[in-house]
Amino acid sequence: MFDIFGIDALSVLVFGPAVAAFIVAALAQLAPSKAVGRWTALTLSILLGVVAVAVFLVYQQAAPTIEGQFLVAQDSEWFEVLGARWTLGIDGISAVMVLLTGILTPLAILASWNVEDRSNMFYALLLLFETGSMGVFVAMDLMVFFLFYELSLVPMYFLINQWGSLPKEGAKYSGRYYASTKFMIYSIGGTLGMLLATQLIGWSAGTFNITMLAETWPMFRQGDMLLGTDAATIKALAFLGFFVAFSIKVPIWPFHTWLPDAHGEAPTAGSMLLAGVMLKLGAYGFIRLVIPLFPDVWISDVAILNINVATLFAILAVLGIILGAFAAFGQDDIKRLVAYSSVNHMGFVGIGLAVMAQIYGQVWASGASGADIQSAILATNGTVMQMFNHGLSSAAMFLLAGGLYYKTHTRELSAYGGLWVKAPVMGAIFIFTSMASLGLPGLNGFVSEFLIVRGAWPVFTGLTILSMIGLLFTGGYILKGIRAVLHGPFNLHWKDYNLELTRAEFIAIAPLMVLMLITGVYPNWILPVINTTVTTLFAGLAG
Amino acid sequence: MDVTGFSPLTAIVFIPIIAGIVILFMDNKNRDLIRGVAITAAFSVLALSALVYFGYNSYVQAEGGLADRQDALMEAGGEGVGTQMYAEALQFEQRVVWIESLGISYHVGVDGLSAPMVLLTGMVAVAGVLISWNIQDRMREFMAFFMLLVAGVYGVFVAVDLFMLFFFYELAIFPMYLLIAGWGWIKLREYAAMKLTLYILIGSVVAIVGAVAMYFTAWQFFTGDGAQIFQAALESGILPAGSTENSWSIIHLTLAAEHGAFDINVLGIEGLNFAKFWFPMMFIGFAVLAGVFPFHNWSPDGHVAAPTAVSMIHAGVLMKVGAFAALRVGIQLLPEGAQTHLPWIVFLTLINVVYGALIAFRQRDFKYVIGFSSVSHMGLVSMGWTTMNLTGMTGAGLQMFSHGAMTALFFGCVGMVYDRAHTRDIPSLGGFMKKMPWVGIAFVIGGLTSMGMPGLSGFIAEFPIFQGLWEASEQVSLQIGSFELTNYYSIIVVLSALGIVVTAAYVLRVAGQVFFGEFDAEKYPDVGDIAITDRMILILLGAPLIIIGLFPPIMAPMIESGVRPVLALLGGG
Repeated sequence: MFDIFGIDALSVLVFGPAVAAFIVAALAQLAPSKAVGRWTALTLSILLGVVAVAVFLVYQQAAPTIEGQFLVAQDSEWFEVLGARWTLGIDGISAVMVLLTGILTPLAILASWNVEDRSNMFYALLLLFETGSMGVFVAMDLMVFFLFYELSLVPMYFLINQWGSLPKEGAKYSGRYYASTKFMIYSIGGTLGMLLATQLIGWSAGTFNITMLAETWPMFRQGDMLLGTDAATIKALAFLGFFVAFSIKVPIWPFHTWLPDAHGEAPTAGSMLLAGVMLKLGAYGFIRLVIPLFPDVWISDVAILNINVATLFAILAVLGIILGAFAAFGQDDIKRLVAYSSVNHMGFVGIGLAVMAQIYGQVWASGASGADIQSAILATNGTVMQMFNHGLSSAAMFLLAGGLYYKTHTRELSAYGGLWVKAPVMGAIFIFTSMASLGLPGLNGFVSEFLIVRGAWPVFTGLTILSMIGLLFTGGYILKGIRAVLHGPFNLHWKDYNLELTRAEFIAIAPLMVLMLITGVYPNWILPVINTTVTTLFAGLAG
Repeated sequence: MDVTGFSPLTAIVFIPIIAGIVILFMDNKNRDLIRGVAITAAFSVLALSALVYFGYNSYVQAEGGLADRQDALMEAGGEGVGTQMYAEALQFEQRVVWIESLGISYHVGVDGLSAPMVLLTGMVAVAGVLISWNIQDRMREFMAFFMLLVAGVYGVFVAVDLFMLFFFYELAIFPMYLLIAGWGWIKLREYAAMKLTLYILIGSVVAIVGAVAMYFTAWQFFTGDGAQIFQAALESGILPAGSTENSWSIIHLTLAAEHGAFDINVLGIEGLNFAKFWFPMMFIGFAVLAGVFPFHNWSPDGHVAAPTAVSMIHAGVLMKVGAFAALRVGIQLLPEGAQTHLPWIVFLTLINVVYGALIAFRQRDFKYVIGFSSVSHMGLVSMGWTTMNLTGMTGAGLQMFSHGAMTALFFGCVGMVYDRAHTRDIPSLGGFMKKMPWVGIAFVIGGLTSMGMPGLSGFIAEFPIFQGLWEASEQVSLQIGSFELTNYYSIIVVLSALGIVVTAAYVLRVAGQVFFGEFDAEKYPDVGDIAITDRMILILLGAPLIIIGLFPPIMAPMIESGVRPVLALLGGG
């Protein structure tokens, strides 16, 4: 990886946002004008976005020549008594996620151009969140991974808690206090098992290096005793720790209940990053850790149910797709509707992960046939694509929903109606993003969902069919949303309001729309990067 | 080794004593002079402490430095390696014979465990003086006693002579009593000061009896069976030149312990030897000061009743004195007893961690929350000692520093809020972030540290403690009669992790209610932003939390080097 002023680019991506956050926060004391902080935050985040794009492009060039899966950029001494080292590196999957984070952060700052209350702190927290998520995506050491994974919670908590929605009419307190506390306790409680499992792994394997763990930990003491019980039991418990932590984050049904609250109450930029980046941390954790570290557990049987863990996971994912769609359909709150649509869309990520886990486990245990590996590679490619695509479209949807809430001070669908007359540009963009989210061919969502479904078909045929039916309901709630907001008789209450997109909002959403279109028409700009890594992953296992 | 030259540690111990005495002779009306002398003394000991800390750090990490030496020594192994490692770890030594016939000498030095504590004491001393900058009532006496307290705490950390360690230990308690009883919270101060002093005195008296027994046993050993060992150690320079067979030196006693001097039968009971008999009394005697359950009761009352500066030094440093002495005197001198008793003491520390957090959760008084959180966090330190392995004990050492800075920061924040709001009742506070943003941010940083948030020092400390517990799980077992309990440390680690969630809950609750929410301007007209001295405190105590959190190599290898001699004595590596 290349250097910037003698610091390697990945470290710049990790620490740059934190430094930027500090500068922006300090400006609150030094510069009285809010515009200074605003423009500084935007400029710095765009610069970091440029670095992220450059990292992606450099990786793209280098990808075919890399030995093994990762391009390690930095490896230095950190916490030696534990065997943890400060190791940063990327592969194709993290390169895509780095790109997504780098793009979304400046857009989130643009989308919150109208924040007046302690705006410097607000932007600083957005940048701090970027540090957390970048750190997760480039960490090659389990302890560093955990560090950034938890760190990303803090800014998000304060964003929701302090800048979330206003109290509803007649209510004394805003729901944001409840939502942020629920989010925090859910997340910390969820990662507790992961923390314990990380320590257990670190102690028993003697290293935290993710690459080395993927090789040694699955083989660790097979059939032997560990902590006075069968090693398999201990590993199953450790698996459970990781599984619950990441399932909460993705979110996999039924661990999703924090999400509609948090999304509903978060400020616009908060929900953009929450849906766009934070949910991806969970899915990324499955790909990076849970599947490579526990291949044997995924294909072991679950008691009573007579299916293996990967299949159970696929069932939960399908339930997420179907029930998420139903729940979204039932909402009368536009932000909660979009929130449940995330449950629905991340369900496809779940299916893709289940396919990957199933085949990965089988190949690890016995070596599977070429066709199965091919399906798994397709599904995994689709999963990573879907993570990227959902990042784009959910961020765009939340931007629109948040903007609407900011202008109307209500999130109730029934209070809108016929707004297209009043805001034609907003209406057109709303329909465009909804269609992308719906999976209309030619836009980004279609490509990734098709890949996942194609890859999952030979592995979980019945479940794939069910998930297709779920897609039908997706159409249902999206059309319901469009109808309630844009069509129907115009609600005269809004006749004196300006509901059109502001300039900042327009500038923020334009790049998202361009990316949705390009990815839909020409997915090959990003797919080969993912494919190289995923193929290496499976090839390394089979060979 | 040369132990006759002047050591900066001597200056560190005596500057506060001299400053305290000088202040006593000043005019109480001349407030600027009093606090000028106090702050000068505090800053100069902080500067010296930093010098000692970084000097020691380079001693450990240099090419061929202590870390490499210890590797070589462990490689070579053999009898007496633990004592040799401890003797080599000591730096900045100075030794002056004090009472020769009793074997008492003034002997100071730091190792990897005490060097961070010395730095911490310096930080908290400066913060304590700064936060008492505008104290109204009898400033002269307050500052003088505070300086004596600081000197006592320093003395314990740098003592290499057991008698001196006790001397300074008691020296710290005496001004502590006066400060709480004289300047504390009027509703509670007399009760709390009395309770605190009695608890700690009783604990230390028990420990002193044990120390005297050790002294005589070691003396007997070196004049009898161990005469050759003594001569050999004297010639090889492990013991300082001019040592006699009767000595209170910790090096001397460690040498005796390692060669089995304390493996003698006591009370005529089969299987009960000196080490096993005395260990619980020595360890818990000191651990009372570290707040170990069920002897933690003095601590929340003491913290709440004390004036802010005293709470800071009390929770920040004095509780570490207990944990430090429990390790230095309990585990290091009686390793066999440690192996027998720590496997059950771990249950006490588990109660500390979880129960302390639960009680903190249901407090209404801001300061009691922090008081009980100290009980919970100090439980983690003792829990780290009970792992008896490198990972866990290094974590405990890190937790001592981390908790010290964090809790001093907490008490500082509480004090600043209380000074302006004149109440500590959590439900009636609110919205202070808007009026006191510095305090709010500092409290949030401290709160995140205490819930073990990665990127801050709490995580760096708690992670190895928990990992050490996993590691200990297969090594430690508890014998009860004919029944052997094994692998229960893995259960302990899972249960104590619950403490983290509870901690997160109470930190969020307090931060939410005190610093966020609505501010009542009519109720709190005096609340404004803090002075520059207060900001210095917050930066001084808050910055290390972040620095260590992101960059543990600045402290972890040093603590590791301090733990390794103890581990060698415990029979491990």
